[in-house]
Amino acid sequence: MRAVVKLLTALVVVLLLPAAAAAKDRRGAALYAANCASCHGLNGQGVPTPTPGANGIDGQGPPLRGSGARAADFYLRTGYMPLANAHDQPSRKHVVFTEPEIRALVGFVASLGNGPAIPTPHPGNVSAGQRLFTDHCAGCHQAIAQGGYVTGARVPPLTDATDRQIAEAVRIGPYLMPRFSTKAVTPAQLNDIVAYVDYAKHPDDRGGWAIGHLGPWPEGAVTWLLAAAALVGICTLLGRRLRA
Amino acid sequence: MTRIRDWLITATVLVAGRGKRPTPRDPKPRIVAAGEPDRRAENVVLLLFLLATVAGAAFIVVYALDRLSNQTQWLGLSIGSAFALLALASTVIAHRLVVTEEIVEPYPSESPDAQGEIEQIVEESGSRFTRKRLVAVAGAGALGTLGAALLAPAASFGPLLRTGDLYRTAWRRGRRLVDDGGRPLAADAIEEGAFYTAYPEGADRELVGSPIVVVRLPPAEIRDRRDWAPGGIVAFSKICTHAGCAIALYRKPTFAPTQPRPALVCPCHYSTFDPAAGGAVLFGPAGRPLPQLPLEIDGAGHLRAAGTFSGPVGPSWWGVRMGKAHS
Repeated sequence: MRAVVKLLTALVVVLLLPAAAAAKDRRGAALYAANCASCHGLNGQGVPTPTPGANGIDGQGPPLRGSGARAADFYLRTGYMPLANAHDQPSRKHVVFTEPEIRALVGFVASLGNGPAIPTPHPGNVSAGQRLFTDHCAGCHQAIAQGGYVTGARVPPLTDATDRQIAEAVRIGPYLMPRFSTKAVTPAQLNDIVAYVDYAKHPDDRGGWAIGHLGPWPEGAVTWLLAAAALVGICTLLGRRLRA
Repeated sequence: MTRIRDWLITATVLVAGRGKRPTPRDPKPRIVAAGEPDRRAENVVLLLFLLATVAGAAFIVVYALDRLSNQTQWLGLSIGSAFALLALASTVIAHRLVVTEEIVEPYPSESPDAQGEIEQIVEESGSRFTRKRLVAVAGAGALGTLGAALLAPAASFGPLLRTGDLYRTAWRRGRRLVDDGGRPLAADAIEEGAFYTAYPEGADRELVGSPIVVVRLPPAEIRDRRDWAPGGIVAFSKICTHAGCAIALYRKPTFAPTQPRPALVCPCHYSTFDPAAGGAVLFGPAGRPLPQLPLEIDGAGHLRAAGTFSGPVGPSWWGVRMGKAHS
């Protein structure tokens, strides 16, 4: 009797799985059609020239075929997408989709073509990561990963980036950021970089007030103040008139 | 000891005493009372000036040696003590040697010879000096040495007349591009949207003309020097033509129609260069294009230089337009 129940359960599961998967696919396709298709095309083929779409938005955007789960996961979980205006720089904002919706959308984008999967970063070496970060990333993101500017774009601070998002961004090169192949930055090196960025989120600011991790600036300012007071004292002593 | 002092005084008098003797002026009534000469204070001042001169000279010597342990500390100690000794000498002069007297003067006083009066006061305040010229020479020596010490680091600015080194690079036809680890760079490994730093094989990487940046663009997008860019791969000097920083930023659009075009950017002052147009300046303070290196792909698929840079490498200076890069 037990075996029969087991068998029946297994049968039901096997029958329902494709149905559930199909439901997820349909959900992903529906979400995609509603939120993404005006700029990326109904089948992810991209929209090369501005095309009037819903809500009076001129849709225009890159193709998504082959960009895979990796890019979809990054752009959706950072809130970079959906983008209000195709000419804006995507920036980190409130994520509009729920977790199941993101999973469905990522699954749908991945099904558009053979794209790379979502990476899983492992623990790395902070010291090696700092050297690599200085070599490859600090030019734009600053040595302490606080972001900055490049002509024509803002460079985001990495304070809110999760390990997975850092690993994804290095390979994708979002917006104007260059891409880093596995040859330029090996997977082990990528783990080190992620470890350093994690460290840079909460660095060891010794001595007091950090002011954007500028270094022991307040201590220096106080020293200057004391030195200036001492100098004024010495000048007063030197300049005192000798009275007969 | 007295002999050395005599020698010093004789030498100073010989050097400084060649001017004519001061002509005696008309005796005027004194304003400032004549002070007692104070040989001891004067000797102290002379000694302090001498020590300041020695400290200033020590700075120059330490700077020229450039290989002491704690070099920075020695530099600071020598120049700092030169300043401190000068200050001390001035203090001794002010307190011990200048005749000090409070003079109450009604204001306003329409007097045409006020200037002369002040000069007279200054002149007479120095009545305690017995060896004015010697003190003046010692003071000038200390100040002069200190000035020379402050100017000495200017010697490190670089060759003044020998500018040939600034145009020389290790790049010449056939030289292979190697990466950070010395491995030759394969053309196939250069991806679009990525950014690579390369060096001339077997050459000194610290030379200003050595490091280059390599990027691959869609061949159709290259507007200038198409034959320098096999497969759309272009190479430029990594040293900014503005102030010599490393070109550490590469921006590349994810979607070209709505985003800024590819550019090499210097993080120091945001000079922005167009890799598709021979390194032309798109933005920023740089005054001339980034020097481009012509490339070719050899039989093994490795990248090689096909000549040398399109212009002199490195920050611009007054004569940069007169020279040409050479190997």
